[in-house]
Amino acid sequence: MKRRTFTTLVAGLGLTASLMGTSAMAQDNMRIALVVKALGIGFFEAAAEGAEEAAAELGDTEIIYTGPTDTTAEGQIEVINSLIAQNVDAIAISANDPDAVAPALERAMQRGITVISWDSGVAESGREMHLNPSSNELIGNMIIKLAADNLPDGGQVAILSASATATNQNIWIEEMNKVMGDYPGIEVVATVYGDDLADKSYREAQGLMQSYPDLDAIIAPTSVGIVAAAQAVEDAGKAGEINVTGLGLPSEMAGAIESGASRSFAIWNPIDLGYSAVMIAHALATDEATAQPGASIPMGRMGEVTLDETTSGAMADPFVYDSSNIDEFKSIF
Amino acid sequence: MSLTDHATGRAIPDRLRTPLDKRIKSWETLLLIVAVAIFIANSFASPYFLNAWNLSDATFNFTEKAMIAFAMALLIIAGEIDLSVAAIIALASTAMGAAVQAGAGTPVLIAVGLGTGVLCGAFNGVLVTRLGLPSIVVTIGTMSLFRGLSYIVLGDQAYGGYPSDFSYFGRGYVFWVISFEFVLFALIAVIYGIVLHTTNFGRAVYAIGNNPTGALFSGIRVARVKFILFLLTGLMSGLAAVCLTSRLGSTRPSIAMGWELEIVTMVVLGGINILGGSGTIPGVVIAAFVMGLVTFGLGLLNVPGIVMSIVIGALLIGVIALPRLWAMRRR
Repeated sequence: MKRRTFTTLVAGLGLTASLMGTSAMAQDNMRIALVVKALGIGFFEAAAEGAEEAAAELGDTEIIYTGPTDTTAEGQIEVINSLIAQNVDAIAISANDPDAVAPALERAMQRGITVISWDSGVAESGREMHLNPSSNELIGNMIIKLAADNLPDGGQVAILSASATATNQNIWIEEMNKVMGDYPGIEVVATVYGDDLADKSYREAQGLMQSYPDLDAIIAPTSVGIVAAAQAVEDAGKAGEINVTGLGLPSEMAGAIESGASRSFAIWNPIDLGYSAVMIAHALATDEATAQPGASIPMGRMGEVTLDETTSGAMADPFVYDSSNIDEFKSIF
Repeated sequence: MSLTDHATGRAIPDRLRTPLDKRIKSWETLLLIVAVAIFIANSFASPYFLNAWNLSDATFNFTEKAMIAFAMALLIIAGEIDLSVAAIIALASTAMGAAVQAGAGTPVLIAVGLGTGVLCGAFNGVLVTRLGLPSIVVTIGTMSLFRGLSYIVLGDQAYGGYPSDFSYFGRGYVFWVISFEFVLFALIAVIYGIVLHTTNFGRAVYAIGNNPTGALFSGIRVARVKFILFLLTGLMSGLAAVCLTSRLGSTRPSIAMGWELEIVTMVVLGGINILGGSGTIPGVVIAAFVMGLVTFGLGLLNVPGIVMSIVIGALLIGVIALPRLWAMRRR
């Protein structure tokens, strides 16, 4: 009896092994690992989709889409260790902790593995380059462009920001002010702060509509503010009259696009991000390009990225979401 | 009732004898066979498995958890449990991070890490032994409490800037591929093995787990032994915090998230009776290797972590159910 159970057990393990064996991959392909913060997050699943698209375009490239179950640094280190052991050709990571994963990635680079970070960066010592989804200049320009495109004859716009001390928002507004000259006829009448609180943002948006009866657009470069402002516009019956735009998440903004309170808004496109990360990793791993300050690295259909002195670069303008594509993306993130 | 228990004069052996004796003995054998089978399966499944450095890297998947698992094993044998261990790691690591910001050197950091662990263990111990609260309830509470404190201190920030000689504990190698952590793990395994299997204290732990009332009437200071076990679990969590923080070089409040269940899994897989009273340290050692080999082997095949959890769960149920199935078929 004992022997039979052991036989079953050993046979079972043997079966598992043979199943594993069939999934062992062809070794001549270039293997690029896309390491994400955690598996099962819509944003990263979309990035993996983009990565597969890049692999199909490149040919001979295999994507290993992997990551821990929780968004922890130690989970990512276990993943990195197993990728080092497999001697993959490149690792493209969105890090849970810029410093904690750096030593493991340094070891990967010592073993000749190309390492880049994307979305959420790694300390400079732990990667060859970092791909930002966008840049402050591009975001600053995009938020005013979104408003101006719907106002060919000019008009009044107001800004609903996060808090007065929010670093990101202030930089973007500053960058926006630099390019205001490109959009003649557009007048910024006020900047108010909703502190990234839904109710406060809602009241501030209401206040804007009362103070400026001729207001044409509200720009909210924050995902909390944009939803609250769209709701306020909708509740005031001004959907279609006042256009709410800025930076938001497709899942949260789908209703506003449908009601007409928002014609379009922007945020990074995870598919493009995954695609570009793989294109860059491939170019670096095949030595078609080198990651050094000032270098330009090709990213297929996304053009090319130029690296700054910290060897990081911006992928593209934030991606614009409107009624034509919101249904596709609202289920992703 | 306690009197009748006492009156029956039941012997309190560290291994329950016939027919359990055989079963427990075969447990380690079974586990060892599973470990060897996994090792062989891994070598066939991935060409990268049989490599000294890769195997050395793989040991980091379990060494820190296993340090705590030994202390947890004693606690579970004595009929208690500590689910706050991962939260203690977070709090101890946060305390070390704060110490670094205050300019502390490596010796102070280790003292802070271990000290925080011991204090947390003492807190659990007092609540359980003095107030007589059930340990599972107390430690579910302190699990949120300790990690909550880390979140209050750190929020979405991180502590870093640990001194360079501090990194030896998590990244150093004693000899070739043998890491410092692995040596520490082996040393702790031996110490706990000796304590549990050869000392009076170890006998007392088994006695308490089998029959706390009987143990009390036999003159064992039950509350004191339990308190010491909570202290030890806290100390081991502090030690794991030192190693993990050193390995990561930074502290975030999410550090070691979810480890408590992996550690309890390791202990139970090692043949420790979750209801207390029986189990051995060698079993836990083998279980640590089994879990390390399975996660590393599956990692080499890029099996997603969620599937890994399923495999570990299936392994746990399988290994626990097998001896019971044998027993049933024999009858």
